[in-house]
Amino acid sequence: MFAAPAMIFVGLLIIFPLVWTIYLSLTDSHGSVRAPSQFIGFANYMEVLSDTERFWPAAGRTAYFTITALAVEVVLGMIIALLLWRPFRGEKWVRVAILLPLVATPVAVGMMWRLIFDPNMGFANQMLGWIGIPAQPWLSGQSTALPTTIFMDIWQWTPMVVLIMLAGLTSLSDEPDEAARMDGANAWQRFFFVTLPLMMPTVIVAILLRSIDALKTFDILYATKGKGGGSFHEVETLNIYAYGLSFDYNEYGLSSAVLMIFFFIIIGVMWILTRRKKGIK
Amino acid sequence: MTRRNPALAKRKPFGVRIYKNFRFAALALVVLCLLAPLAWLVASSLKTNVDIYDASKTFFFVPTLENYANVLTRNNYFVFIFNSFWVASASTVLSLILGVPAAYAMSRFTMHRSALVVLMARVIPGISLLVPWYYVFSNMKMVGGFGVLILSHMFVALPLIVYIMMSYFDSMPLELEESAQVDGLTPIGAFQRITLPLSVGGMATAGILSFIFSWNNFMFALVLSGSKTKTLPVAIFDFVSYASIDWGGLMAAATVVTIPIMIIALFTQKYIVSGMTAGATKG
Repeated sequence: MFAAPAMIFVGLLIIFPLVWTIYLSLTDSHGSVRAPSQFIGFANYMEVLSDTERFWPAAGRTAYFTITALAVEVVLGMIIALLLWRPFRGEKWVRVAILLPLVATPVAVGMMWRLIFDPNMGFANQMLGWIGIPAQPWLSGQSTALPTTIFMDIWQWTPMVVLIMLAGLTSLSDEPDEAARMDGANAWQRFFFVTLPLMMPTVIVAILLRSIDALKTFDILYATKGKGGGSFHEVETLNIYAYGLSFDYNEYGLSSAVLMIFFFIIIGVMWILTRRKKGIK
Repeated sequence: MTRRNPALAKRKPFGVRIYKNFRFAALALVVLCLLAPLAWLVASSLKTNVDIYDASKTFFFVPTLENYANVLTRNNYFVFIFNSFWVASASTVLSLILGVPAAYAMSRFTMHRSALVVLMARVIPGISLLVPWYYVFSNMKMVGGFGVLILSHMFVALPLIVYIMMSYFDSMPLELEESAQVDGLTPIGAFQRITLPLSVGGMATAGILSFIFSWNNFMFALVLSGSKTKTLPVAIFDFVSYASIDWGGLMAAATVVTIPIMIIALFTQKYIVSGMTAGATKG
């Protein structure tokens, strides 16, 4: 009874749209939302899955973006959390620094990096100039654009991983660590054989939460490269691709098919990760 | 670390000292990497467009508020600021009203399956909902109004609130309500008089986070807002034209969006951290 209003709301806003997306993916709906559409079966899916020009590269970029960002964020996040673990002076300042990127508006963050990485007047190239490295194209280069946006994601979201890891570390009991210390284990051994195994459930949670969001990254990609992920689609992930199909080209049927495939990919990743989590427990 | 075991501390004071210095240097580097870009954003917003292009004025320049004056007077920014505040607060309050009782029910009666449905909302890509919403709402001629924006932002806020409040209620002892019921309160009465007042901290956490997420949300507003209901993240794009970018104005606009949310975050640090890590360690 308490839950009824929320459930109805969620049902209307999630389940109904999901069902509609499935329906749309089986029609040739395009142009205007009021235009009549025809049922065409799985033709959209065939078209999407055989599209090696836009769909598969976008899927590849999504995987590349997610895996790279995630790997760096988890390792960096763990290191920073370990540095922060035991109390020290000035802790408050570090905590503020960690919080600010997290709450900063992603679009504004994208714009900020766009200025810093500007090839002509950006601070990034100025800094490279001081140490004698030639200027890089960063966001404007076809091969450097995606790694540059990954860097932005790392800047904004590593703090999230730090917070999760820190919560995990502080909930650990000191005893296994003390026992290992008594047995003469050094700091590295204690980390790899005591702390890390105990932290594995937290690590998986961090990976789970971050991968959900990294797969769906939209704001910084759109803010830095605009529609279609740049003129050569160099940062076009599945999310950007589906957005473009829906709202730039009004190909609702086709974009719904892309979204359903995207949706199944995400569910699949979540399923694998949660199974892995149970296995560790 | 050293205080707990003086024997070990005495044996390797050198190693400990090195670690302390290393740790200080490493943390200083982390802080620098996280804050410097933001400082850069604010500094650029105080430069003229000429100074932004001038490499000799990287660190030393005469600050000017010209960009802010431009942003706030010429571009209707007060309207966009109001829009953002209105959409974020309305969607937060409505989501709290719907979400808190729902989270309570799910926690107390362990309705894990319905909880799963709500959490699905976190996993689904927003765009797969936007297409059908756009279909329905544009047929109802609601696109461009506040109603549809608030509804769409509630979609982000509600699951977040349910998630945080569930872990909050889970950690609250049942005995309090039970004894209240023994003393003659109905279950709803017990919820209203005992549980709700005790969960103010949790609601603050959930509310602040949902406000931040709504304030920062870009994709929904990009599609569903109209010229009169544009929110700040969308309005930023006014400074990017096809041919050129008004960098000074853009940075001032970006600062205007980011500063209020950062001030809120600074004053409510504890809540934000506990909200973001809610349930993360329990698994």
